Amino acid sequence: MNLFNIIDEIEQIDPEIHERLNPRRAAIKNITSFGSKVALAAMPFALGTMFKKAYGQTSSSVVDVLNFALTLEYLEAEFYNQGTSAGVIPGAQASYIAPITRDENAHVKFLQGVIGQLGGTPVAKPNIDLSGGGGSGNGPFKAALTDFTTFLLVAQAFEDTGVRAYKGQAPALLGNQVVLTAALDIHAVEARHAAAIRQLRYDLGKSASTRPYIQSTASLGNDTGLAAVNANYAGEENVTQGGVDLVSALGVSVRIATGAFDEPLEKQAVLDLLVGSFIY
Amino acid sequence: MKTDINPITSNANMARRSFLRYAGASAAAVAVMGAAASCKKDRVTVTSATDIGAGDIGVLNFAYALEQLEAAFYLQVAATPYSGITSIETSYLTDIRDHEVLHRDFFKTALGSKAIMALTPDFSSINFSSRASVLAAAKLFEDTGVQAYDGAGYLIKDAGYLTIAGKIVSVEARHAALISNLISPGSFASDQIDTNGLNKHASIKEILTAANGFLKTKVTANSF
Repeated sequence: MNLFNIIDEIEQIDPEIHERLNPRRAAIKNITSFGSKVALAAMPFALGTMFKKAYGQTSSSVVDVLNFALTLEYLEAEFYNQGTSAGVIPGAQASYIAPITRDENAHVKFLQGVIGQLGGTPVAKPNIDLSGGGGSGNGPFKAALTDFTTFLLVAQAFEDTGVRAYKGQAPALLGNQVVLTAALDIHAVEARHAAAIRQLRYDLGKSASTRPYIQSTASLGNDTGLAAVNANYAGEENVTQGGVDLVSALGVSVRIATGAFDEPLEKQAVLDLLVGSFIY
Repeated sequence: MKTDINPITSNANMARRSFLRYAGASAAAVAVMGAAASCKKDRVTVTSATDIGAGDIGVLNFAYALEQLEAAFYLQVAATPYSGITSIETSYLTDIRDHEVLHRDFFKTALGSKAIMALTPDFSSINFSSRASVLAAAKLFEDTGVQAYDGAGYLIKDAGYLTIAGKIVSVEARHAALISNLISPGSFASDQIDTNGLNKHASIKEILTAANGFLKTKVTANSF
C-alpha cells in the first residue's frame, strides 16, 4: 500500500490534511462540505487514528453526539414513513409532507455514513412505538396514524423537539468544522420542517394561534395547547439571553422575546421524553 | 477555549459594561479604530466601510451586521406594506420584523463598545409595493442568514456564544421556511437543501459579498 498516494488522495478532499497531521504548519483553509467519502477502514490503523484525531475533539464524543442524532432521526423517519404508508396524510397534503419524509430518511443515511467514516459504529434502529406507549401500541398518540390532525400535532412536537436536541449538542461539537457545520445544517432543516408543519396546521384551520415560531408565555413554554407535550417545550418561556432580560432591557413582549430565540434541550431531557414512550 | 469567567452570564448589568472584556485587545483596537475611521459623517455623505474584527467578536459583529440589514428591511416592509397584503401576512411580517429588530438590539447590547457602527442599507433594487419583489428579497435575506450562521458556527470559540447563535439560526430557518411557503406553498425545503437533507451554508466572505449588495456601508472581514 502506497502511503503517499493515500495522503495525496485525502488531500483532494481535505486540502489541509498536512496541517492536520502536522499541526505546526500554517494557514487553515475552509472545508465547507463533508465531500466525498474516504474509506478509513482501508487505511493502516495508525494513519486512520491520526486522521480521526485530526478532526477535532475525541472521536468517541463526536460519534456519541452523532449516534444520539441518528436515534432521533430513526424515530422521525419511522413516523413519516409509517404515516405515509398508513394513508393518514390526505392526498391534498401528500406533496407538502413528502419533502419532510425525504429529508428525515436522508438524515438517517447521512449520519450512518458520517459515523462510519469517523470509525464509529452507527447505532441500530431502536424499537419504536409511534403511539408513545412504550411498546404497547396503545399510547396517548395512537390516533396519529389514523387521524391527520393528531399526526400533525405529533409531527410538530417531533420537529420542535428535534431542533432543541440538535441545538443542545452544538457545544459538544465546538470548533469542529466538518461535523458542527453538518449538525447546524441539519438543525436548520428541522427548523424549516417545524415551521412548515406549524404553518400547515394554521392553514388547515387546526389552530388559529399557531405560528411557524414558538410563542410562549412567561409561565409556559408550550404554545401547542396540548398539555401532554409540556415537557417538550419546557424552557421555551426563557426571555433572558446572554445575561440580558430582553423584556426589561429592550422593552419587547414575552411573545416576541420567546419567538425570536429557540431554546436548547439537553440530551438527557430529550431521552427522558422519548425513551419508554416512543423508543423502548 | 473557554474563558475563566463567562462574560455573558457573569454580569447582569450588560448595558454599562463591556460584554466582551476578555476579548483580545488587538481585536478591540481594530474595531474601535475601524469605527472611528469610517464613521465620519460631518457635512458630507460618504460611502463608509467597517470591518467586523477578529475572533468571536468578529463572528458576533458579522451576525450583528446581518441582523441590522434584516431589521431595516422588515421595518420598511411593515411601514410600507405591499399591495394586497393579507391579514395573516401582515401578522407574519410584523412578527418577523420584531424578531429581527430584537436580534439586532440584542447584539448591539451584547457587543457594547465592540459593536460595529450602524449600517446604512441600500434597498434601491427592491420594489416595496410589489409582493413578489418583497418576498423574493425576504427569502434571500432569510436563506442567506441561515447559510451565514451555519457557515460561521465552527469559528466560534466560546460555547455560550455558539449557543446564542444556535438559538437565533433556527428562528431564521423558521422565517425562511415561512417566506418560501408564501412565495410557493410547499417550497419550505427545496432549493436550500442538498441531497443529504442538509441546509446549505457559506463562508463569511461569501455572505458579505451578497449582503454588501444591499448595503451602502460596506462590511469587510479581513481577519477571516
